[in-house]
Amino acid sequence: MSKDQAPAKPYKPGNKKKEDEDPGKLIKPPDQLELSETELKEEITRTLTAKNPHAPENLAHYKFNEGAYKVTTVVNHMTVHFVIEGCLEHQDMDEDESQTPTEELSEEASREEGEDSEEEGSGDGGEEEEAGEDDIPDSVASKANNDEPKCTNQFNFIERASQTLNNPPEGRGCQTLPPPRCNYYATAYQWDIYDVYMAELQKQEMMKEKQKDSDRDKTKKMMLIETPSDDVTKVSKSAKLLERMVNQNTFNEVAQDFKYFEDAADEYREQEGTVLPLWKFTYDKAKMMCVTALCWNYIYPDFFGVGLGSYDFSKQGRGMILFYTLKNSTYPEYIYPTGSGVLTIDIHKKNSYLVAVGFYDGCVCVYNLMNKGHEPEYKSTVNNGKHTDPVWQVRWQNDKSLNFFSLSSDGRVVSWILSKKELLFSDAIRLVLDYSVSDGPEGIQNLTAASGTSFDFHPQIEDLYIVGTEEGKIHKCSKNYSNQYLKTFDAHNMAVDTVKWNPYHPKVFISCSSDWTVKIWDLDYNTPMFTFELNASVGDVGWAPYSSTVFTAVTTDGLVHVFDLVINKFQAICQQPVVNKKKTRLTHIEFNPTNPVVIVGDDRGSVISLKLSPNLRKKPKGKKGRDLVEGPEAEVAKMEKLLSLLRDLEQSPV
Amino acid sequence: MAKVEEALQRVEAHASVIGTIVANAEGIPVRSTFENSKAAKYAGLLRHLTLMATGMVRDVDPQNDLTVLRIGTKNQEIMIAPESDSLVIVLQRFDG
Repeated sequence: MSKDQAPAKPYKPGNKKKEDEDPGKLIKPPDQLELSETELKEEITRTLTAKNPHAPENLAHYKFNEGAYKVTTVVNHMTVHFVIEGCLEHQDMDEDESQTPTEELSEEASREEGEDSEEEGSGDGGEEEEAGEDDIPDSVASKANNDEPKCTNQFNFIERASQTLNNPPEGRGCQTLPPPRCNYYATAYQWDIYDVYMAELQKQEMMKEKQKDSDRDKTKKMMLIETPSDDVTKVSKSAKLLERMVNQNTFNEVAQDFKYFEDAADEYREQEGTVLPLWKFTYDKAKMMCVTALCWNYIYPDFFGVGLGSYDFSKQGRGMILFYTLKNSTYPEYIYPTGSGVLTIDIHKKNSYLVAVGFYDGCVCVYNLMNKGHEPEYKSTVNNGKHTDPVWQVRWQNDKSLNFFSLSSDGRVVSWILSKKELLFSDAIRLVLDYSVSDGPEGIQNLTAASGTSFDFHPQIEDLYIVGTEEGKIHKCSKNYSNQYLKTFDAHNMAVDTVKWNPYHPKVFISCSSDWTVKIWDLDYNTPMFTFELNASVGDVGWAPYSSTVFTAVTTDGLVHVFDLVINKFQAICQQPVVNKKKTRLTHIEFNPTNPVVIVGDDRGSVISLKLSPNLRKKPKGKKGRDLVEGPEAEVAKMEKLLSLLRDLEQSPV
Repeated sequence: MAKVEEALQRVEAHASVIGTIVANAEGIPVRSTFENSKAAKYAGLLRHLTLMATGMVRDVDPQNDLTVLRIGTKNQEIMIAPESDSLVIVLQRFDG
C-alpha cells in the first residue's frame, strides 16, 4: 500500500477529496516547504465551493464602446472534463439536426445507457434508426417533413451533379396592325330604352304572325312602303302640317276672329245682329261650277264637304266633290272629280268617312274617304235601281246598318243599303200627284209621278219624314206606308226647295221655295204658322242647332237672313249681303254643329264662312232668382209658347 | 309624291313665306328654295335643335313625340316639322 497521490486534475470542480488513506502517518517529502511552528498552527479555513479554482478571478477585456480596458467581474466557472463524440443517432431525428454538434452532447449521455442494447445501430446502412431514450426534440423535425425523408447512406452515398450547357434564351415577337378603332359615345335617355323595348315587342309580334302563316303578301307590301323612291315623299305629313301652320299664320286674324271675336257693337243694337265673314274657300277648277250641296262632318267639326255642279238644265257638265277643313282655307283636303253634276251630298254622322252623293244623271254613289283614289266605293247602275231623273237629296239613316235614302224627280224615294260589294235598293215610296185618283179604264189606277225636290227625316221619330215636291206640296210620309201619304200640305206656289224639321220641337218644320217665301209649319195645322217674304228666290233654309227658334235663309240676291222667332216674329234680325249682288247668287247654307259659324255656298264655286254675332245666338233669359233653364226641353217649351200664342190668335177671331 | 311637291309649292305661294327646306337625316338639304350654303346652314343647325327638343319631349313621356317646333324671331317665324329622320323647315315673315 503505497500512498499514491494522484496529481490534481485541471478544471474539475473543487470537491477536495482527501486521497490520503493513512491519516496518521506523516511522510515528509523532500521538497516540502519548511514552516515554523506558528505558521504551522495557523488555521487556514478551507471551504468547499463550486468554483473553478483555476478560473481567473478577474479578467480585463477591452471594451470597444468605452475604449478602455474594463475588469469583468463575471467569470465563467465551467470546466469540461470529458468529451466524446458518438456515431449513433435516434431514428426519428432529422438528418439536418443530426449534423449539429450540440445535439450530440446530450445524446451521448443517453447513449451510454442504451449502448448495451443497441450495438447494431452504427453498423447499419443508416436506413433504420432505432428508437432510444432521448430527449432530442424530434417533434419539430417530424412536423417539418410529412413523409419520411430519404436518408442517404452516410458511408457510401455519393452525390454528383453536373450542369449541361444552357442555350442562350432567344426572344421573338411580331406585331400586327392594330384593329381600327373609333370612339363612340351616347347618352341613354329614357326614350331610347322605350324605343328598344317597343322594337323588341314588334319583332315578337312579327314572329307570331309569321308562324300563323297569314298573308305573305302583306309583308311584301309592307316592304314596298318602307322604301320610298324619293326623300321628299317621306315628309308628307310634315308638309301638310306645316301648310296648315303657314295658313294659320297668313290668316292669323281670321283664326283669331273665329275663335274669340264677339261683336261688341251688338250690345248697342237692340235686337239685330251681324255675320262676320271669316275664310273664303275657293278652288281653281271649281270656279265654273255652282255650289249645289254643303254638309258638315259631325265627328270632326272643322271639316265640311261641298258638292259642285250646275242647276242650269242646259249647262250640264262635270261635277266635283271637295272637302275642306277650316284649318286650311287655301286648298281642299280631298278632291273628287265626277262625271256628272253633283246635286246633293250627305256625310254619315258616325262613320264620317262615308259620303253619299246624288247626281244630276240620277246616279247615287257612296264615297269612302279612306280609300285612295277618286272612284266611289259604291255606285248605283241602271240595273241597280238608278233614278231616271236628277237625285235632289240623299240622307243617311242613323241606324247601325249603313242605310241611306235618296229622292229624285222621278217620284221615287229609294232606300239603299250598303252590303259588302254593292248597293241594295228598295223603294220606300212612290210619289204621285194624287193618290185619290179615279179609276182608269179596266180598273187600273193611273198614277202620275210627282217630282220630289227635298225631304228630311224626323230627328226623333225614326220612320217619319216629309217630302217637298216640285208642285209646291209637302207630304208627310212614313217608312211603313209605301203607297200612302199621311198628310199633305199645300205649301207653296212653286217648287219646294228645302224642307227641314225643327231639331227640338217634334211637330214643327220649315220650308222654303222659289216663290220668295219661307214658311214654318206645325204638323197639326194645315196652314203655316209663320210666313216670311224675302223678296227674292230663297235657295236654302236651315235651323240653328243651338236654338229651336233661330233659323237662317239665303236668297239669290246675295243676302243672308237670320231669324229668331223669340225676338222678332215678323222680321229678320239680320239681313246681310255677303256677296256681290249682281254677280253671284247664294245657293246653300249650313250651320256648324258646334261653333257659331255658318257656311254659305254661291254659284261661283266658292264657300264663305261667316261667324254669327252674339245677338243671333241668344239663349232664353231666366227670370231673376231662377236658374237658367237650358237644354232641349227649354227649347221645345220656347217654341211651344210661340205657337200657342199664334193658335190663340187664330182661334180668337173665329 | 306629287302631292307633297304640290303642298310645298302652295306653301311657298303664300306672300309672307320666305322659303322652305326639306333636309334628310344627315342634315343635307334635299329640296330648298334658298341657295345651297344657306340651306345647309339652316338644316345643320336646326337638326341639332330638333334632336334636343325631341329628346326633351320623349324624356318626359316616352310615348309622346315632337310634331312641330316653332321658333319666333324678330324678323320671322321658323317652323320645323321632323318626320322619320327628315326635316321640313318653313320660314315665314310676320306680315299684316
